[in-house]
Amino acid sequence: MSSAAEKKTPLYQEHVRLGARMVPFGGWLMPVQYTSIVDEHLTVRNAVGMFDISHMGQFIVLGNGARDWLNAMLTNNVAKLDVGQGQYTFLLNDNAGVIDDLILYRIGEAEFLLVVNASKIEEDFASLETHRQDADATVLKNRSADFGGVAIQGPRVVDLFHALLGPDVELPGRNYIRDFAIAEMPVSIARTGYTGEDGVEVFFRASDAAKFWNLVLERGARFGVKPCGLGARDTLRLEMCYPLNGSDLSADHNPIEAGLGFFVDLEKPNFTGREKLLETKANSARERLIAFKMNGKGPPPRPHYSLLNNGTRVGEISSGTLSPSLNIGIGMGYVSSASAKIGTPLEVEIRGQKFPATIEKKPLYKKQS
Amino acid sequence: MNVPDDLLYTKSHEWIRREGDNIRVGITDHAQAELTDVVFVELPKVGANVEAKTPVAVVESVKAASDIYAPVKGTVVEANNALTNNPALINSDPFGEGWIFALKIDNADDLKNLQSAAAYKDQIKS
Repeated sequence: MSSAAEKKTPLYQEHVRLGARMVPFGGWLMPVQYTSIVDEHLTVRNAVGMFDISHMGQFIVLGNGARDWLNAMLTNNVAKLDVGQGQYTFLLNDNAGVIDDLILYRIGEAEFLLVVNASKIEEDFASLETHRQDADATVLKNRSADFGGVAIQGPRVVDLFHALLGPDVELPGRNYIRDFAIAEMPVSIARTGYTGEDGVEVFFRASDAAKFWNLVLERGARFGVKPCGLGARDTLRLEMCYPLNGSDLSADHNPIEAGLGFFVDLEKPNFTGREKLLETKANSARERLIAFKMNGKGPPPRPHYSLLNNGTRVGEISSGTLSPSLNIGIGMGYVSSASAKIGTPLEVEIRGQKFPATIEKKPLYKKQS
Repeated sequence: MNVPDDLLYTKSHEWIRREGDNIRVGITDHAQAELTDVVFVELPKVGANVEAKTPVAVVESVKAASDIYAPVKGTVVEANNALTNNPALINSDPFGEGWIFALKIDNADDLKNLQSAAAYKDQIKS
């Protein structure tokens, strides 16, 4: 399954040693699972799991012109960020189609960190570089190869970090990032994630990756920490209706159609894709990204299956799976706006048979308190 | 990985147990370990006539749907309805309670095209 074409993260050897099944993903050879997707999924919901996210890209943007430049490139409002704060945002093309969804952190007065999807590193960089304003006042650096990263997610994450950092050290607040030293390794810890659980994403020097990974597994053992693969990452994020670029997001749809207008500030005077978004807003979206649940037991819904309403095809599935938390088929898909209301009955066509489903409010999974 | 000596095997990871004029079919321990977490099984219809190497059932894990093939030509005489409510039987007992269907075979000579446990063990050695 491996080929010379796929890149390996600095944690590759650890995955192999742990018996992970490795699969190509976004140009990288990544662990899809170590034991089982369901087991790893439930570990994150009930204890704490660790994912390799070293494949993701990191850009640094520096300089006096950095803020205004990024504000003209990205949909969310960069001016709202405190030093140390992050926001979810989009990089669009002129047609308002999604190039990438990313997290932008303001890590200094005039210094920003962008964490981007693995498969989009080159495209994002080229798009930013092409539109760089005032080259003297801004610097754009692709630091992706210098950093490794892990996501540590689950209700026991704070306990685990108290064991690593000492009981009095507080983790950064939701969406904030801060630098720490753990066992003499400089690390940046962001209180962010892609699972719906409390959690962090930690970035460190690529050369420290294996040491950090093994330290977390060792110190986290008493909190039940387990390595988790992309399979569980996908089922966890889908229960929360977090989009996956390339499946739920693409150049064919804009963030308003994807139901993510919250991360688009149309009040900003100017950013790439703004005009097209105003048009979408005025004419109302042609299609909407909806979430659905199957009404009963049946085969799991999967990407590209047709979605029907009263026997007429209204769209197709962009992401689908059997939800390990809810034990029923769930998914998302773009359907025509007329058929996108919550509660609308749908049918999913699977191997020529139709199975009933219902459009649900996002997220599909809600944590029991 | 468990590969019982008294069974026959296909290249596509089905096992075959001879029961007189019938055969019972499931997927191997190796196959269930590769799939993990079987969450749905689509069974063949009893009475269906099936050709060798054509898909007759579907086993779905969280991640993917996999076709299960008829090892030889025959008629479906039984389908394991227990899998409808408990598809994970394929993971917990692939050679026993996790069987998928039984065929009345047209021609016992067709079984000669299947491989022995030793040959299958060689196949899955990576």
